Amino acid sequence: MKDLVMETRVDAQTVKIEARKAQVFYGQNHAIKDVDVDILDKTVTAFIGPSGCGKSTFLRCLNRMNDTIPGCRVEGKITLEGEDIYDARVDPVQLRAKVGMVFQKPNPFPKSIYDNVAYGPKIHGLTRNKAELDEVVEACLRKAALWNEVKDRLQTPGTGLSGGQQQRLCIARAIATSPEVLLMDEPCSALDPIATAQVEELIDELRSQFSVVIVTHSMQQAARVSQRTAFFHLGNLVEYGETGQIFTNPRDPRTESYITGRIG
Amino acid sequence: MSGSLFTQDARTKARNAAERRFRTYGLGAIILALLALVWLLISIFSAGLPAFRQTFITFPVKLEESVIDKAGNRDPAAMAKVTTVGYGKLLATALEAEIAAKGIDLAGVPPKEITDLISQESAATLRNMVLADPALIGTTVQFRAIASGRIDGYYKGRVTMESAALDKNTSPEKLRLADNLKAAGLLATSFNLGFLTMPDASDKRPEAAGLGIAIAGSFMMMVVVLVLSLPIGVAASIYLEEFAPKNWFTDLIEVNIANLAAVPSIVYGILGLAIFINFAGLPQSAPIVGGLVLTLMTLPRIIIPTRAALKAVPPSIRDAALGVGASRLQTVFHHVLPLAMPGILTGMIIGLAQALGETAPLLLIGMVAFVRDFPGGLFDPAAALPVQVYNWTQRGDPGFVERASGAIIVLLIFLIIMNTAAIILRRKFERRW
Amino acid sequence: MSTGLLTLIILALATFGMVAGRARAVASAGGDIRRLHSLPTFYGRFAALLAAVPAFLLVIVWLLAQPVFIENRALSLISPADIPQGSSDTLVMSDVRRIAGGLDQLAARGADLAPLVTDAPALKAALNAAGVALQNEPAPSVIAAAQALRAMQSTSRLIMTGVALVLAVAGLGWGLSRVRPEFRARNATESFSMWLLIGCSLVAVLTTVGIVASLVFETAHFFRLYPAKDFFFSTTWNPQFRGGSSLGIWPLVWGTLYVSAIALVVAVPVGLMSAVYLAEYASKKTRSWVKPAIEILAGIPTIVYGLFALITVGPLLRDWIAQPAGLGDSSSSVMTAGLVMGIMVIPFVSSLSDDIINAVPQSLRDGSLGLGATPSETVRQVVLPAALPGIVGAVLLAASRAIGETMIVVMGAGAAAKLSLNPFEAMTTVTVKIVSQLTGDTEFASPETLVAFALGLTLFTLTLGLNILALYIVRKYREQYE
Ligand SMILES: Nc1ncnc2c1ncn2[C@@H]1O[C@H](COP(=O)(O)OP(=O)(O)OP(=O)(O)O)[C@@H](O)[C@H]1O
Ligand SMILES: [Mg+2]
Repeated sequence: MKDLVMETRVDAQTVKIEARKAQVFYGQNHAIKDVDVDILDKTVTAFIGPSGCGKSTFLRCLNRMNDTIPGCRVEGKITLEGEDIYDARVDPVQLRAKVGMVFQKPNPFPKSIYDNVAYGPKIHGLTRNKAELDEVVEACLRKAALWNEVKDRLQTPGTGLSGGQQQRLCIARAIATSPEVLLMDEPCSALDPIATAQVEELIDELRSQFSVVIVTHSMQQAARVSQRTAFFHLGNLVEYGETGQIFTNPRDPRTESYITGRIG
Repeated sequence: MSGSLFTQDARTKARNAAERRFRTYGLGAIILALLALVWLLISIFSAGLPAFRQTFITFPVKLEESVIDKAGNRDPAAMAKVTTVGYGKLLATALEAEIAAKGIDLAGVPPKEITDLISQESAATLRNMVLADPALIGTTVQFRAIASGRIDGYYKGRVTMESAALDKNTSPEKLRLADNLKAAGLLATSFNLGFLTMPDASDKRPEAAGLGIAIAGSFMMMVVVLVLSLPIGVAASIYLEEFAPKNWFTDLIEVNIANLAAVPSIVYGILGLAIFINFAGLPQSAPIVGGLVLTLMTLPRIIIPTRAALKAVPPSIRDAALGVGASRLQTVFHHVLPLAMPGILTGMIIGLAQALGETAPLLLIGMVAFVRDFPGGLFDPAAALPVQVYNWTQRGDPGFVERASGAIIVLLIFLIIMNTAAIILRRKFERRW
Repeated sequence: MSTGLLTLIILALATFGMVAGRARAVASAGGDIRRLHSLPTFYGRFAALLAAVPAFLLVIVWLLAQPVFIENRALSLISPADIPQGSSDTLVMSDVRRIAGGLDQLAARGADLAPLVTDAPALKAALNAAGVALQNEPAPSVIAAAQALRAMQSTSRLIMTGVALVLAVAGLGWGLSRVRPEFRARNATESFSMWLLIGCSLVAVLTTVGIVASLVFETAHFFRLYPAKDFFFSTTWNPQFRGGSSLGIWPLVWGTLYVSAIALVVAVPVGLMSAVYLAEYASKKTRSWVKPAIEILAGIPTIVYGLFALITVGPLLRDWIAQPAGLGDSSSSVMTAGLVMGIMVIPFVSSLSDDIINAVPQSLRDGSLGLGATPSETVRQVVLPAALPGIVGAVLLAASRAIGETMIVVMGAGAAAKLSLNPFEAMTTVTVKIVSQLTGDTEFASPETLVAFALGLTLFTLTLGLNILALYIVRKYREQYE
């Protein structure tokens, strides 16, 4: 996918994550084939493609969540700010503190709302005292547009919130560790349109601080929130570029037929 | 949080160290549990394996008609009057004569005490042999006598010259005489089949104690358990799993079964004592009572896996059968039950294995009694394998520790066979729908 | 007629019903079985069931009820003077039963009973020869009662046989008379089978009723002989053969709880950490052999653990710890029993915990790992708290196991009832005393024996409470993730 327009844009903005010839195998199953991608800083990148094409798989490569799946093997080179994240010296724990993740299904811990958000800062030792921690929790809940709804019941279990609130809680929890990249795997698939809109708004705000990668099945969502879009098909990265260009003027026929609803 | 990924900051290092510690604890716990298992098995096997070998003294015995059958008319009633004392004398003279004939050094043992080398049980064995075959009278037979417990223990390392010096049941001289007999080929150690076939023996004769009655009793109880709990358990499971409406009554039955499975086994012993023995007047120590008690105990334990096996049969099979007009009962008996049978049998075998090893309830219904005669039926007194183990541990002679451990090995072998059968059954018929 | 023969006759009638019912059904349909409502075999089964079931029910009920009625009548024949001092009705009655049984045997051998029943010494000799050992010569009224017992037994037998046969024949006749093409034989036999199934599932309920009834009944008996207050509040346990025993439960409860506590202290950390390792760290291959290996510990009969405590662990603790440290010189001790019981309980904790930890959804682990937590932080701060209720349930189940365990404590803990803190001293437990009081030589109706039922009831209540609580907690926990 060598693309002149893309190359020039890349120069203009710093590259956060760079993948070269990335391959992922689940045992014999070759799930990701030769993917080259540059994730830019302070940009929202959307991954789209039909179900089973490997979007989640590739996303999980970026913070080595694939390590937890037995039989999963990653080849090729993926770097974060020039450092190979699959290097033997890299501690995945430290990597994941920098590259956070929000999952498809809201998964709040069975703890209080406060403890959910405070979890990351506590394990990484980001705050020195309770007051600071309180501040971080409040700030993150505010950023996740949840503060007003939960400020009176911070000590009630996070599992008692509604689905949309839970997902925003998970986002608050992820940004509380102040990651540099935030990976989101279909964060809105369990949400109603209003909650979806809130989360999308949130993603747009987050762009000012982090680089965000979002997997979505909704073309509209990709068009609304992302600046850049990558289209995956059967484990291949078919096309990657400016969101506007992908949606209005796709180069690859497969991209075009997916966007217009003919494959998927 | 903005350092290089290639270097770990102090905090990450500490967290990783904690991670490694935690992992080590987990591994340590597993190793500890496995070591406990190995220790247990080694301890039992090293104590029990000698029970399968036994020292015998073989010598010719002339069955004097003048002692055994004075009248000479082979009248069984008259012959039965000759007690083991008479046969004991016969053995003593025969052994003494053989030692003299072979020119074996007595090593200082007074001739009168030579007979201490053989078990007191031998006289009874000889007597039974003669009563069973009166034609032997007057002939000379090659008799294999069980060596006495102390001599047997000497060849298994349990008795030493030093301990013998302090022991009023034997002496270092007798051990030396035994060595001489061994050198002359009279005394030898070989496989102890009698341990599996002979009845229990009295306190002073561990060398003659066997598991015959215990194995027979346990076997009878298992037959009772199988015959009663398989049909009742399967019927109850079928009702609860396939037909029971959801109401307070079936809920009650379910809670009941779950709790019964966890009631301490000794409580079933109390139940057996109160209901089967005191109320119904069934005899003590009888396999029928043991079998009934174990059945009640095993039932909930097999209903649970049986229901799981029934539940694992997919509903589509039921729908298919009902769809061609079979009644619900026919559906269950013709289609669901055969498919669930491997699972049911596996659960049954495991339940039986648990019942076989159960001790406490049997103590209370009198299975500890000393039984010398093989049971002729379910209502005759008998012993049971695990209770026999307990029984032997309560006796003074150290020879019984070896017997008890040996009995456990026998019990464990039965359990291994049953569990292996269950595993094979499960592997062979395991189905994925 | 013996019960066996009666059974055979009834079965024969049932078989006849089977064949005849079938034949009649085919005949009534004129040979065209399509005209029948059900398959011909169902008509046969219907007749067979009607022939066999009522008759068998009658026999069973009769045999169960007969002793109660007849023995009361026989007992009333015995003059109170013939009940020896210190003995009781039940003991005399058991003599009566044995004499009656012996007389039956003698009669079966063709002996002439007439001279015997008037001559007590001769009777005793004859019975001894027949293998029925009597301690003293039976009193005349006892012999009379035995004779009456025999007479009533044989009449009752006769009546039972007659009634059963009439029932069987009548059932058969009625069953056959109902065979008509439009008769719904299948439904009739099936609803009968259904009742049979229901009856079988009631066995579980009956078992519970039996347990509770026998425990409560004998415990009430015990409290009539011994004050409940002393049982529940006294701190000494000292049974005497000649009465005047103190039977306070506390030393036994203390021993039970002490042993169980040590067992849990061993089993909970080891079991829980093994479960965590197996669920979170171990590879599939390791797991596939370690898990069954640990579960072997649960399949080993408790008598094996008892022997292990007796011959290995007890002497080891005594020689290496208790004696050098001056803590005691008994090889059976709370520590011995507790340690061995702990080993036994490990798989109960580990298997259940393993299931429960595995039921914690993977998404929670992902969430924690995705934030950069290490696996152990994930386990300690997310997985275990989430699984806590279930693990508490597992521990409670293990505790109930430990409290109800008998053989390990009988062989490893000792028999001395004490309230002591030293774990290397021999102490005793509720279950040990149940065994020793019920296997001793004391008379059944004495408080020293009956106390075992009160102990049994205490044990039953305690373990039942723990089980119900544990099952409730575990079920609630399961629902949370379903
Ligand atoms: N844990 C796993 N083990 C084996 N194969 C897997 C695993 N997870 C995913 N796969 C396979 O990898 C391929 C890509 O899966 P992936 O979950 O990345 O798809 P996706 O694009 O995220 O799909 P969706 O849009 O449905 O979430 C699929 O063929 C899938 O079957
Ligand atoms: Mg996906």
